Amino acid sequence: MRREPPQTLGDYAPLLFPAAMLTIFFVVPFGTMIAVSFFQRQQGGFYTPAFVFDNYARFLSVFFGGVLGFSLLLAITVAICCVVLALPFTYMLTRMARKVQVVWLVALLSILSLSEVIIGFAWSTLFSRTAGITNILVALDIMAEAKALTPSFGAVLTGMVYQAFPYTVLVLFPALVRLDPTLTEAARTLGASPLKAFFTVVVPALRNTITATLIMVFIFALGSYLLPQLLGRPQHWTLSVLITDQAIYQSNMPFAAAMAVFLVLVTLGLVALTVIAGRKGEAA
Amino acid sequence: MISMFRRAYFFLIGLFLALPLIVVAGVSVNEKQTLAFPPQGFSLSWYGEIFLNPEWRNALFASVTLAVLSAALAVAIALPLSWFLWRRIAPWANIFQLLGVAPFTLPPVITALGMLTFWATVGFYGQPWTAVVSHAIFFVTLPLVTLSLGFTSIDRSLVEAASTMGADERTIFRTVVLPLILPYIVSGYAFAFVLSLNEYIVAYMTVGFTVETLPIKIFNALRYGYTPTMASVTILFVTTAAVIFGLVARFGDLPKLLGAMSSDGK
Repeated sequence: MRREPPQTLGDYAPLLFPAAMLTIFFVVPFGTMIAVSFFQRQQGGFYTPAFVFDNYARFLSVFFGGVLGFSLLLAITVAICCVVLALPFTYMLTRMARKVQVVWLVALLSILSLSEVIIGFAWSTLFSRTAGITNILVALDIMAEAKALTPSFGAVLTGMVYQAFPYTVLVLFPALVRLDPTLTEAARTLGASPLKAFFTVVVPALRNTITATLIMVFIFALGSYLLPQLLGRPQHWTLSVLITDQAIYQSNMPFAAAMAVFLVLVTLGLVALTVIAGRKGEAA
Repeated sequence: MISMFRRAYFFLIGLFLALPLIVVAGVSVNEKQTLAFPPQGFSLSWYGEIFLNPEWRNALFASVTLAVLSAALAVAIALPLSWFLWRRIAPWANIFQLLGVAPFTLPPVITALGMLTFWATVGFYGQPWTAVVSHAIFFVTLPLVTLSLGFTSIDRSLVEAASTMGADERTIFRTVVLPLILPYIVSGYAFAFVLSLNEYIVAYMTVGFTVETLPIKIFNALRYGYTPTMASVTILFVTTAAVIFGLVARFGDLPKLLGAMSSDGK
């Protein structure tokens, strides 16, 4: 059956429920949040409709600038670590037998679906003095005494790479699985070693994919909220933590909303950059 | 040489992924209420605790109920939408596809805060059902993606044949389309269910003070120190996820669902 344009009003009926749900429960809340970001805050956790820029102005302070800077830097570091680890992994995975692939994919999906709370708990246990990895090192006589490795920046970074790694593999998977195998075969026939073929043929062929993946993982990591709290010190807290703190504990909804809107703008800006980079890559 | 390198690399990645879970699994079978690894003694009592302790049991019940209902609602939104986009030429309707993908693409705190301001404004803040709607919107992306994939894989000549034989729209949907996309409905539901089960921030921001789901319960419990029950919940959850995705892989085509073109995984 060919696709046809809707002819009667009844043809639109299936669209009614999804469109209503998405409009009422996504577009309207999003709009509400933008509106609230311009509202005036009242003492005691209330706010009144207004059109002020105070909430945005307050955001441009040294403190919040520092938090934003740290959030961005952390997300960039996580994205780079994940892509560097996941690219060769995913490439080799796509060249394996289908059964092996499925087992790895099930494992990666299971870890990806784990709650941040659970990942945070698991790593804080692993980094703890009583039940942690240092106990294993002591048992192996590598270390003299067990010690706690958290809270620290390294712990936050490890937890976040752990959380984002399965996501990175799954984002890279479609592009790598569809990569023309004759490309590397040609390079191999011409005498390149597998490693050389990977770096001189596979990596350049995937330049756009890699850029897009970096940005997607960056956005994913930017959303991390609990790991910095569970594994880091207050100076390791990200914008997501501050937004929640302002919304729930300080009852300053307008300010929380302003920060959220700002975070959306940063995210959308990056998505736009990816699209532009992708187009340029195609044109070249 | 290269295969040895590959094995070592896969082993290290596997170790990195498994190590926290191994340690947590060890902690979960400790005999006493301590957080120790290697485990001291062996006891499955912390697994029993999830079902016997009313607090943990209620949290488990809340999480499962939320996941069952919100995944169903997500499929109910995604199915007519993706069917319409497959059946009709209406380019502007793609905007709803985009709206369905957006909440999942943005940092979750944004969807969560949007929901919080909305429910507070309309006066339903804290009602348990608001979490169901919020999760359904947040996870509608997953059935949308699997269903769009399912619809593109339907051979249109099959539907054409049914139509020529005189079947009406409803009959075609029930007898041809539905059986063909059923696996994609199930996997879309499964993805949304598992992620909803584990989701923290949207649930916390919508009903965190009235309904305690398991991730919220674990986070609250973490503030008062550790109990091995958290470890057993963790293992229960990761096992549940592995079983569900394993079933999807067993009865469906997992590499294809995740973007491989054909069923040979290439």
